[in-house]
Amino acid sequence: MTTARGRQRPPVFEVDRLLKDPDLKVIVTCGSGGVGKTTTAAALALRAAEQGRRAVVLTIDPARRLAQSLGLVELDNTPRPVPGVGNGALLAMMLDMKRTFDEVVLANTTPDKAEQIFANPFYQSLSASFAGTQEYMAMEKLSQLRDRLIEHGDWDLIVVDTPPSRSALDFLDAPQRLGRFLDGRMIRLLTAPARAGGKAYLKVVGASFSLFSRVLNRILGNDLLANVSAFVASLETMFGGFRERAEQTYRLLKAPGTAFVVVASPEPDALREASFFVERLQTDEMPLAGVVLNRVRQVAVPLTAERALDAADRLAAANASPATEAALTEAALRVHAEIAEAARHDRLMAARFAAAHPDVPELQVPALPTDVHDLAGLRLIGAALAGEQP
Amino acid sequence: MVTGKGGTGKTTVAGALALALAGRRQRVLLVEVEGRQGLAQLFDAPPLPYAETRLTAVRGGEVIGLAVDAEAAMLEYLELFYGIKRGGSMLRKMGAIDFVTTIAPGLRDVLLTGKVKESVTRTAPGGRPVFDSVVLDAPPTGRITAFLQATHEVAGLTKIGPIHRQSAGVTELLHSEQTAVHIVTLLEEMPVQETLDAAGELRRAGYRIGQVIVNRARPELVGAVAPNPDALAAGLASVGLDPELAAGLTAEMADYGTRQRVQELAAAELAGLGVPVRRLPELAPPVDLGSLFELAEALELDAWLGLPA
Repeated sequence: MTTARGRQRPPVFEVDRLLKDPDLKVIVTCGSGGVGKTTTAAALALRAAEQGRRAVVLTIDPARRLAQSLGLVELDNTPRPVPGVGNGALLAMMLDMKRTFDEVVLANTTPDKAEQIFANPFYQSLSASFAGTQEYMAMEKLSQLRDRLIEHGDWDLIVVDTPPSRSALDFLDAPQRLGRFLDGRMIRLLTAPARAGGKAYLKVVGASFSLFSRVLNRILGNDLLANVSAFVASLETMFGGFRERAEQTYRLLKAPGTAFVVVASPEPDALREASFFVERLQTDEMPLAGVVLNRVRQVAVPLTAERALDAADRLAAANASPATEAALTEAALRVHAEIAEAARHDRLMAARFAAAHPDVPELQVPALPTDVHDLAGLRLIGAALAGEQP
Repeated sequence: MVTGKGGTGKTTVAGALALALAGRRQRVLLVEVEGRQGLAQLFDAPPLPYAETRLTAVRGGEVIGLAVDAEAAMLEYLELFYGIKRGGSMLRKMGAIDFVTTIAPGLRDVLLTGKVKESVTRTAPGGRPVFDSVVLDAPPTGRITAFLQATHEVAGLTKIGPIHRQSAGVTELLHSEQTAVHIVTLLEEMPVQETLDAAGELRRAGYRIGQVIVNRARPELVGAVAPNPDALAAGLASVGLDPELAAGLTAEMADYGTRQRVQELAAAELAGLGVPVRRLPELAPPVDLGSLFELAEALELDAWLGLPA
């Protein structure tokens, strides 16, 4: 099929074919905030479940009412079955960043060391509040869920939502970044004092260290540096584990059983972010399954905005009788003109995006008048994702 | 500070606000901190380096853009406060930059808010501030409080040192009458919920909410007229349109009516915040620098600032 301008349309993103592929184990949705990413993840998982799969959906900070629709009332970091799902099974969970971080620590070190780490004030702020931790922890949780999939077969499909930021793909850099950090001298410098008192400390002291310690002391202050230093030293035994984990996650994401779905809405900002995600995934040769364009506004009747407005103006001018009939018709035509303008906007945006990414499979989900906050709504979105007409 | 849920158009509104201020003969610094190059796109300029770059000049004022990047901000900070020059590559090799921007990401926000404070307080020879206003395209509602609080949090980790000292200054500025946080939203359930949540968090943390800016508001078109496909069909025929369109148009009206009710409920909830709410229209595409001027007008800065028209 070609558009009016003769450009090739991108291939259609066939969701049901993807969900029915028994080799598919992981779906990662990414996109900027406010495009319906979490809803898309939940709708995909629900549709897969109702087609017979046992799917688990990992959400990050879902809207309250969407969370409630999945039976998520508390943040307990464990997948719970969602009631009211037919055929297969759907489990849902919300990411608890701090608890996930704690689990990583516990899994990689001795109980005493873990206690030490938990008590460190620097660890407490790092694990609970700082930006960036979320992305890593989402990927860590994905690894854990994947391990359970392989070892116990508790589920056969994981749908994971990513945090709503450009840094959502930061985890792609994690192995490299961790490597650079762990191989760097910084680590040795930070761990040196705690490891061997003053002596080893002095040994590594060179021009760079005096600069370095001066800088850190100055920026952070002595007591913070001591906390950071103690933290890094107590983490030292875990570093191998960290890096291995990051590399493993990277490989897992690149493997054929994974599918990335980029979610966007027909707004310039959202599409710009979607382009960024698409290009980043392609650069890293990550398996990009397709792009979902959400909230696309559409007309129900083929009448241009101009003709509708022209007719509405004539009705307003004519002072026709019966008056209610004319008023109703005028209102209907003005509403239609508004919708037709919006639909044209969305069509234009979608066409530009498609032209920039002609080989990326794409699908559009029509805009609904209200937000989705129950399973019925998610089912409707699922059907729209699969290209079924309402 | 201009924040908002993702997808509400906060970058666009921040740009429009900067333009409106420049229109009042101000020298305005427009700052972005998320590495997205949103400002360059908005002003149709090449990607911004980490340097103040003029984006546009209007009526005796100008908008200077700055894309702050945590790594560059750290190097600048070192040079500015400690006279450490050209330490960058060494620090990078040692992993210190990665440490600051990744492993201890809270420090990133400390550097970014520190840069904002530096811009606000910078003076020209003679003591006049270099910028009349600084507009920050701030992180989204979900992260705004943590972002503003970062310096305070890190200061809690250390009792001495410049971060501790500097944090007092940053905290004071951000809590002062000089700072207002404006929240951009759409009249839809989720953005409004996030606006209310963020406003609550910000107020609890002692920040002042300036205005709520409703973006892309739809006109209220569905009035008290009851839908009636037969009457509509007759009405369509009277203006020479196909009466068969009546069914589809009735469905569109019902949908639009539902949206309009959602909008009204959302507006009522926002009114409960007790801050001025300003509505901006949806712009016809393509959105370009010209439409940004339109939005700047729609912000009605004179009324906003309580000035005579």
